[in-house]
Amino acid sequence: MTVALDIKGLKKTYSDGFEALKGIDLQVAKGDFFALLGPNGAGKSTTIGVICSLVKKTGGSVCVFGKDIDTDFSAAKQYIGVVPQEFNFNMFEKVKDIVVNQAGYYGMPKKLALARAEKYLRQLGLWDMRDKVSRGLSGGMKRRLMIARALVHEPQLLILDEPTAGVDIELRRSMWAFLQEINTQGTTIILTTHYLEEAESLCRNIAIIDHGEIVENTSVKSLLKQLSSEVFIFDLARSLSDCPEMNGYSVKQIDASTLEVAVNKGQLLNEVFAKLSAMSIDVVSMRNKSNRLEELFISLVNSNKATVEVR
Amino acid sequence: MMDTRSQLTAFSTIIRKEVTRFLRIWPQTLLPPVITMALYFVIFGRLIGERIGPMGGVDYMSFVVPGLVMMAVINSSYSNVVSSFYSAKFTKCIEEILVSPTPNYIILAGYIGGGMLRGVLVGLIVLLVSLFFSPLEIHNLYITVLVVMLTSLLFAAAGLVNAIYANSFDDISIVPTFVLTPLTYLGGVFYSTSLLPDFWQGVSMLNPILYLVSTFRYGLLGFEDVSVFASLIGIFILALTLLMLCLVLLEKSVRLRN
Repeated sequence: MTVALDIKGLKKTYSDGFEALKGIDLQVAKGDFFALLGPNGAGKSTTIGVICSLVKKTGGSVCVFGKDIDTDFSAAKQYIGVVPQEFNFNMFEKVKDIVVNQAGYYGMPKKLALARAEKYLRQLGLWDMRDKVSRGLSGGMKRRLMIARALVHEPQLLILDEPTAGVDIELRRSMWAFLQEINTQGTTIILTTHYLEEAESLCRNIAIIDHGEIVENTSVKSLLKQLSSEVFIFDLARSLSDCPEMNGYSVKQIDASTLEVAVNKGQLLNEVFAKLSAMSIDVVSMRNKSNRLEELFISLVNSNKATVEVR
Repeated sequence: MMDTRSQLTAFSTIIRKEVTRFLRIWPQTLLPPVITMALYFVIFGRLIGERIGPMGGVDYMSFVVPGLVMMAVINSSYSNVVSSFYSAKFTKCIEEILVSPTPNYIILAGYIGGGMLRGVLVGLIVLLVSLFFSPLEIHNLYITVLVVMLTSLLFAAAGLVNAIYANSFDDISIVPTFVLTPLTYLGGVFYSTSLLPDFWQGVSMLNPILYLVSTFRYGLLGFEDVSVFASLIGIFILALTLLMLCLVLLEKSVRLRN
């Protein structure tokens, strides 16, 4: 396996004594679409900051495609493209200039920089805005501008820190499609997000960080297998006067025509439908009560919180 | 390590960005020093200067022109770097460069180069404005050009040190207000130090701006009240020291990276 990112024993203690990272180990394979999840203040942005050399680490090592960020920083940086959480471009510069200048910082000749800027601004639907001053862009456009800027030197590792925060659903979906496309073309992607649906839809592997420690690092599939039960909401064709009883299942009646059924690991949905049919209850639609990953995330973070408090 | 060609591209990108910035906001960067200096020419040179009579062997207007040009160069090169770099820090735009492979000495050269270009451009415009009031004489072109370049280099580097340490916009106005302006006014712009009592002449010799103004005045008028050679060496050493300090601060990422 070619390793895109190899983090060993990464530590960061800020000047006020706050220990943001407590020696984390993390590996991301080449071509992966990887999610780094965690509650606010868990250490996600600090980890990204260290990888992109915006935060000085206090211990450990970081290698990008085998290049150490300390000893071979120039080569390591060539591999990385970063989309930060906050807008960090000059609001008085034109859209095209922001992307072309970024290419310049990577030593790209002007002609190539202009061609690349056109390519990515077109792909991200910003080409018509190329001569506009960036502060005039909408929030979603500004996010896409940061993606175009991060891609202009065609990095092999793209890191996105909450790329769809505050972006409307339609735009979020189009950004997902774009990221999936560049991942298919070979770019390794690491993203942090608070939308667990985003991580579940896009990512193959996932790490959960909390209180500066990795509390889970596995594939999305195997993580979801850890779920002991899932809760489904059933919208019924007609109203019920009482909550029906179903052996082996916990059932709650939310309102006259809505039921909530908990299905444990090993139980089958077919069985639930069979039992409902036997009681002449017709189901119009069905959905998860909450995102599956969200349930796991909360349980993992809560169990880690308990561990930290015990210590 | 970036190859030389890539480093030159990164350098020219920073320079282009800096020049575009100060040209885009020319009413804030180029116009004010020209208006201020034109007022100095009218008030001190023409209205008051005619009553003062000759100074240093030349008429008063000719005497103040070199000092006022240097004042413009000093303020413009300093304020360009301090405001541009601090703004980039404040808005986090500096991260665009910090995440890239651009070496620190190229970042240094780019910002200093931008500051020098603005300083020299403003100095040139002020010199052209002075032609309305006094004929231009150049006694020694090489010394004139050299001292302008060294002065803009020195103050651009000083501006960068200020920008790196600044934590707020107030911090970037403290040095120009409380250090640069008094030193410039007391640096022989409006008078020859030979007019001062011995004690104050001695104190004035501690002011580095005196050497800049005097050397530039020598370049234009041939009037020498300090040793030109010693001044050039002193300015060069001072500029080099500040450049090294800037590089160390960038290498250590002082107040740039957490």
